[in-house]
Amino acid sequence: MFELSPTDWMAIEVTLKLAIYTTLILLVIATPIAWWLANGRAPGGLRTAVQALVALPLVLPPTVLGFYLLVLLGPAGPVGSTLESWGLNHLAFTFQGILIASVIYSLPFAVQPLQQAFANLGRRPTEIAGSLGAGRMDRFFTVILPMSRGGFIVAATLAFAHTLGEFGVILMLGGAIPGETQVLSILIYDHAEAMDFASAHRLSLGLLIFAFVVLFVVYAINRRFDTVRL
Amino acid sequence: MMHLRTLLLTLFLLLPGLVAANGPLTIAAASDLRFALDDIIEEYEREHPDDAVRVTYGSSGRMTTQIMNGAPYDVFFSADIAYPQKLRAEGHAVTEPEVYAIGRIVLWSNRMDASEMTLEDLLRDDIRRVAIASPTHAPYGVRAMEALKSVGIWEDLQPKIVNGDNIAQTARMIQAGGAEIGIIALSLAEFPDLAEHPHHLIDDALHEPLTQGFIITRRGEDNATAHRFADYMNGDTARDIMRRYGFVMPGEELPDDATR
Repeated sequence: MFELSPTDWMAIEVTLKLAIYTTLILLVIATPIAWWLANGRAPGGLRTAVQALVALPLVLPPTVLGFYLLVLLGPAGPVGSTLESWGLNHLAFTFQGILIASVIYSLPFAVQPLQQAFANLGRRPTEIAGSLGAGRMDRFFTVILPMSRGGFIVAATLAFAHTLGEFGVILMLGGAIPGETQVLSILIYDHAEAMDFASAHRLSLGLLIFAFVVLFVVYAINRRFDTVRL
Repeated sequence: MMHLRTLLLTLFLLLPGLVAANGPLTIAAASDLRFALDDIIEEYEREHPDDAVRVTYGSSGRMTTQIMNGAPYDVFFSADIAYPQKLRAEGHAVTEPEVYAIGRIVLWSNRMDASEMTLEDLLRDDIRRVAIASPTHAPYGVRAMEALKSVGIWEDLQPKIVNGDNIAQTARMIQAGGAEIGIIALSLAEFPDLAEHPHHLIDDALHEPLTQGFIITRRGEDNATAHRFADYMNGDTARDIMRRYGFVMPGEELPDDATR
């Protein structure tokens, strides 16, 4: 029942690679954004604007995002043509292209739990640590990080899980190239289209179980920390 | 978290992927080839064990847009030679578009005996949905539309028409029950799963021919496998498989037994 073809394995590899890279990149860039949104000293209007911008991928149809990225990253677009003029390849229909798309697409899922965790934490602990002589990095790694661990776990999981389920953006930007941009969700669509329902079913069921297990583990861990609830 | 530098390094290691690579042969193919080309690639890989071939199926119009936008396909098999001609004219192809097959359209259903029906029967009240491929970017959809116009029922049929994104999806829509009947490629109707149900071959005088052409793209110019596979497509093995799926080879006629 669970015999997978080489194409299936390739798609699993691409999907996991995409989800892991996306999560790592998002943790790095979402942390300062979330901190700034939660505790920054910027005027309210600017903060609201940034918050709206971060949340955009939640409401935009993935095809809109995919379309703009295709225009931007393709050979004729500003980013793509610049890369080409440096002798590099443009990013449409590449793994790097869908990685950029995934980071943008999952950004709100990483920022929002972190923002909530940081808001719960408040400025106080860092200020105290600062007054005790802790440097910026020290304050982050020894105070903020452990105290909002739950927020980080939720952010990482949601970013990871959301990337697994990505479809529309990758369909627009990826072109379903095996081993490069053909992720599981696209391959399932492709299997169904080839009327290979057995394969579509195998992968769908696998993805369903995997998604449940990931969420189960996270909620179990999260309950122990109990710092952030969704 | 202390290993921020390691992380950045890893991300940096991704960059070499940006530099052009001459990897395996990547084919873009029209959806009507879905089963035939899979068989051909299997044979090809058996005869050329060192060549890796990967293929993506879709509607010819969409594939063309993707290639214009820099999609990394080395060879493009279109269901309508007009698309490869356009790519050639705009400098995206390095070979002249070459005809590899002529496609045919059929009326197919898994719930009614389509072989006993004609296009006019589609207006019957017991048929609520008729699936065709999208005429905006799928060649089989354009030909289906032409045939329906030729018999004068296109306007009357409008409320019943549902569009598939490409011809394989159209076949699936019928198979899954979204439409009772539809117009699909003969090459799909000949696929074992679908061939259990009879089809009605639509007279090719009712529409422009589905002249299918392929090109090697600019990207595939230096890819030896691309050229080898293009030659293979013109060889006997590939042509036999294509014939088996109901494609008409250039300069040949469809055998009589294809109309069942």
